Amino acid sequence: MAAIKTDNLVKRYSEVTAVNGVSLEIPEGEVFGLLGPNGAGKTTLISMLATLVSPTSGTALVAGHDITTHPLEVRKNIGIVFQEPSVDDLLTARENLYLHSMLYGMPRREINAKIDMMLALVNLSDRAGSMVKTFSGGMRRRLEIARGLIHGPRILFLDEPTLGLDPASRKAVWAHIRKLKEAHNTTIILTTHYMEEADSLADRIGIINRGKIIELDTPQALKKKVGQDLVFLKGEINEAALKALPFVNSVELENGHYKIGITNSGANLQALLNAGGRIEEVEVRRVTLDDVFLKFAGQQISEDAEEHAEGIFERIAVNKSTRR
Amino acid sequence: MINLNAVYALLLREAKIFFREKERIISILVSPLLFLFVMGKGMASGTSPVAGYTYQQFIFPGIIAMVILFTAITYGLYIIWDKRLDFLKEVLAAPISRATLFVGKSLGGMLGAIIETLLLLVIGAMFIIPLSPLKVLLCMAAAFPISYMITNIGLTIGARMKSMEGFGLVMSFLTWPLFFFSGALFDMNTAAPYIKVISLFDPVTYSVDLMRIIMLGQGYFTAWTNLAAIAAFSLATTFLGVTSFGKLQQEK
Repeated sequence: MAAIKTDNLVKRYSEVTAVNGVSLEIPEGEVFGLLGPNGAGKTTLISMLATLVSPTSGTALVAGHDITTHPLEVRKNIGIVFQEPSVDDLLTARENLYLHSMLYGMPRREINAKIDMMLALVNLSDRAGSMVKTFSGGMRRRLEIARGLIHGPRILFLDEPTLGLDPASRKAVWAHIRKLKEAHNTTIILTTHYMEEADSLADRIGIINRGKIIELDTPQALKKKVGQDLVFLKGEINEAALKALPFVNSVELENGHYKIGITNSGANLQALLNAGGRIEEVEVRRVTLDDVFLKFAGQQISEDAEEHAEGIFERIAVNKSTRR
Repeated sequence: MINLNAVYALLLREAKIFFREKERIISILVSPLLFLFVMGKGMASGTSPVAGYTYQQFIFPGIIAMVILFTAITYGLYIIWDKRLDFLKEVLAAPISRATLFVGKSLGGMLGAIIETLLLLVIGAMFIIPLSPLKVLLCMAAAFPISYMITNIGLTIGARMKSMEGFGLVMSFLTWPLFFFSGALFDMNTAAPYIKVISLFDPVTYSVDLMRIIMLGQGYFTAWTNLAAIAAFSLATTFLGVTSFGKLQQEK
């Protein structure tokens, strides 16, 4: 059975269509990476699957339950780690976890042991009794992750789970995500801006742009679409001759450099250089998911940067308003 | 439909937060105490409509209703902070019905109002009016349905409000009028006809009157009329509250 199955899911707000017809099927036990530029619809999609936002049209089954008709059944089976911390400032770490455990109907006898376990996992055992308002951003994040995991959900939504974490904590979270998948066959939906994170964790990756899934495949296959290797050339380059070569996948001009995606640079680099023209500089490297992301979603990022240049300050101002 | 474990957990959260914010417990008592000790004593010539009591003693039951009104409405509006802090997201995402969430929040508001009532009753019993233990108990018992009814009003408005800026508006256009029209400070028998008419639609009127019957033994309506009115308002506000909680969505 598929853990998640969506059928033409749409969410329209008065001014924008945040999610525009997403049909997905995610098998049980898969780690699914959802990538996309800011405002592409990642969070809205996850919010719909988590029954926090009702879809404008379309349906989805999460853990076999319909998100519109049986939201409570869906909720029992999922865990969410939000993008913005939603732990309670005026409660201690332990109290936050206790409240969550009770809300999710965990047996009372087990709660305290589970809380200790989760606090140890995210390295917060020594701060269990401190109020969350004294925590740093990274500590809140870790607490939030502990909370999303404590009730042992079958499906876990992680909306940028390692945002703002130091490298050591990030590695610890990654290790735990892998363990969950192996030990409990937990299905994990992960959005992230860190390509290495998606690359090392995800079985499949969906790239979402302007509310639509534009690419969906394994990280390896996606990288192949760009080419196995990237060659950067500078000089008087014969573009037409390069494009004619059978092993060349793409040729783009970027900041005065030609960015050429090729397969098997070991065997083909010599032929490429021979056909290239008068070359002044050469650089060769493996394709990363960054390249895949920029190829498929890069267009919108540069457009949005111009359109909404001032928007970010307003958002910071809104986010800064705190309780008293 | 109602998940009792979840209600308990939500109530526990509200209780902890309430006791951790001691400034709020004190600050909410300031206005009632001003009315009681400045206006109540300042208008020493003001006679009490109920024979055998001073004006200060006459308004004391009304001031008790006032403290419940202010605590409960303020508490309800505070749900906006939950929205702002994204904490509400965690609760909205939990596998509990909106009715459960509403009941948890409602009980949280009642708890605050009851504690403030107790504080004021103690102050009143010491400085203003001798109260038998039975009277204190009856007042506390009456405070439960009253604070429930008013918390619901606060929560209903809070759930629909978008920002804390609306807070002042609600206080000016709702809380103070509810207080002034309730007859907390004057005798309904001798009030102008338009006040009498408007006060009929004010849930606080019946609360003040009920408290007055308990403490002074004399009111404008009968105790049963007051209880029936409070019950009716409670039902109506429960319905409104649960409906507006059902509409709460994550704001993105």
